Amino acid sequence: MKPPVAAHREEPEANVEPRLVVEQLNAHFGAFHAIHDITVKIPERRVTAVIGPSGCGKSTFLRCLNRMHELVPGARVKGRVVMDGVDIYDRQVDPVRLRRHVGMVFQKPNPFPTMTIRENVLAGLTLNGVKIKDPDAVVERTLTQVALWSEVKDKLDQSGMSLSGGQQQRLCIARVLAVEPSVILLDEPCSALDPIATARVEELFFELRERYTLVMVTHNMQQAARVSDYTAFFYMGDLVEFDQTPRIFTNPKESRTEDYVTGRFG
Amino acid sequence: MSNRTHLLVPAEGERRRKIRSTLWLGLCGLSAVVVILPLLSIFLYVVQKGAAGLSLSFFTELPKPVGEPGGGMGNAVVGTLTLIGIASAIGLPIGILSGVYIAEVGRGKFADWIRFFAEVLSGVPSITIGVFVYALVVVPMKHFSAFAGGVSLAIIMIPTVTRTTEELLRMVPPHLREASLALGVPEWKTSLFVVLRTAAPGIATGIMLAVARIAGETAPLLFTAFNNRFLSTRVDQPIASLPVQILTYATSPYQDWQQQAWTGALVLVVVILVLNLLARLGTRTRIGAKS
Repeated sequence: MKPPVAAHREEPEANVEPRLVVEQLNAHFGAFHAIHDITVKIPERRVTAVIGPSGCGKSTFLRCLNRMHELVPGARVKGRVVMDGVDIYDRQVDPVRLRRHVGMVFQKPNPFPTMTIRENVLAGLTLNGVKIKDPDAVVERTLTQVALWSEVKDKLDQSGMSLSGGQQQRLCIARVLAVEPSVILLDEPCSALDPIATARVEELFFELRERYTLVMVTHNMQQAARVSDYTAFFYMGDLVEFDQTPRIFTNPKESRTEDYVTGRFG
Repeated sequence: MSNRTHLLVPAEGERRRKIRSTLWLGLCGLSAVVVILPLLSIFLYVVQKGAAGLSLSFFTELPKPVGEPGGGMGNAVVGTLTLIGIASAIGLPIGILSGVYIAEVGRGKFADWIRFFAEVLSGVPSITIGVFVYALVVVPMKHFSAFAGGVSLAIIMIPTVTRTTEELLRMVPPHLREASLALGVPEWKTSLFVVLRTAAPGIATGIMLAVARIAGETAPLLFTAFNNRFLSTRVDQPIASLPVQILTYATSPYQDWQQQAWTGALVLVVVILVLNLLARLGTRTRIGAKS
């Protein structure tokens, strides 16, 4: 399987609309100051990779974008994340409503074990009491989007746990797509998958960026280079550098970025 | 040369050590056997004594007056089922929801206190609970009732259900919670429809054990449900139950009543045994489904 390569990425992009505008974002766990004054514009309909050594705050940053960070006891957030002209930390914004627009995929595939494949895909809708006009169409559309339909169309009533790890992760992505978000956050989505499953999921991300804004935390620099259009390098809670991916990997401005991407530390 | 043979020569005190080891191992084995013995002998004894009175009429007929042969404990069987029903209707929702509260909603001191109170409550002697419900329900109502019996059994049941629910909810992997929240599902729906649903088979097992526990309770019923010679399903009237009927009949001077008490004991033991077996079976299939 040939890894997808973004042809246009060689040319610097002049004007991409930002989907999320992050301003002076700070996150704390109790007394621990996890990320400091992050300011960045996440471009629309692009894949943005977030890289950096363990504990650098990249997952915390991601979890601040759909307000999952504040669910941890003792966690606090300061700063602004503007989406469609509204600060998501505004008091009038309900985090539950926000999360329907900003979906999330986790490191470990986590289909609901008590539900069938079909029920898993629809879970975000049924649990929210949404009346679905044509559930079968939603199931087929989202499973086709994640290239799982042909593999599971005859066993939709089996448990989601019966699938392989890579299939489970694609099922979880389909579950997110069914809620129709515009942004999808991916927290090391391939780290529990084998190389073949990883290649399939990466291909999927490449297709999804036609319609969705993706932000992906990854430990794997080759993956960031393969899949992403933009890369943010985090180090010790700071955003060191943010640029188009080819530039981060071939011609970074900061020496710390260069040291990390060339494998001198991390 | 001595280097080679010293492994073959017994060291000093080796024999004594081996004897001590055998003794202790034997003691452990013996204790293990003693654990099985009571249940086994109770069961055999009850079968031996009670099987003779076992017939369909035991379950369908009402007690006959002294001296008249035949009759059954139909009223007590129906009464026990009614009491379990009332106790479950009160105790299960409270037990399960409080377990959800401790595990999912309330974090910190308050939840710790509830857990502590539940633990102490499960240790309170059941006769104390009977006296308490007597004062709380029977005295204001001015007579014994199935409702009062159900309340006392519910109080016995609640701490078990609360603790089982809490423990099993904690076993649900946190990433499922997060997955649901990240789909924009509110916390209360996540708790009830994702976390509780995932833990449901285990909680069902805990409920069965709690039911088995209250099915045999006698002491609290003496002050609350009392007894009834007739078939009754009325919530506001005294009601018969197998344990109380066994007590009454076993302490009576009449031989055919004593025989019926044994049969009643047999039925009760079998019911509790079956509930326990079902609970075990539930646990096994749950583990089987996971792997």
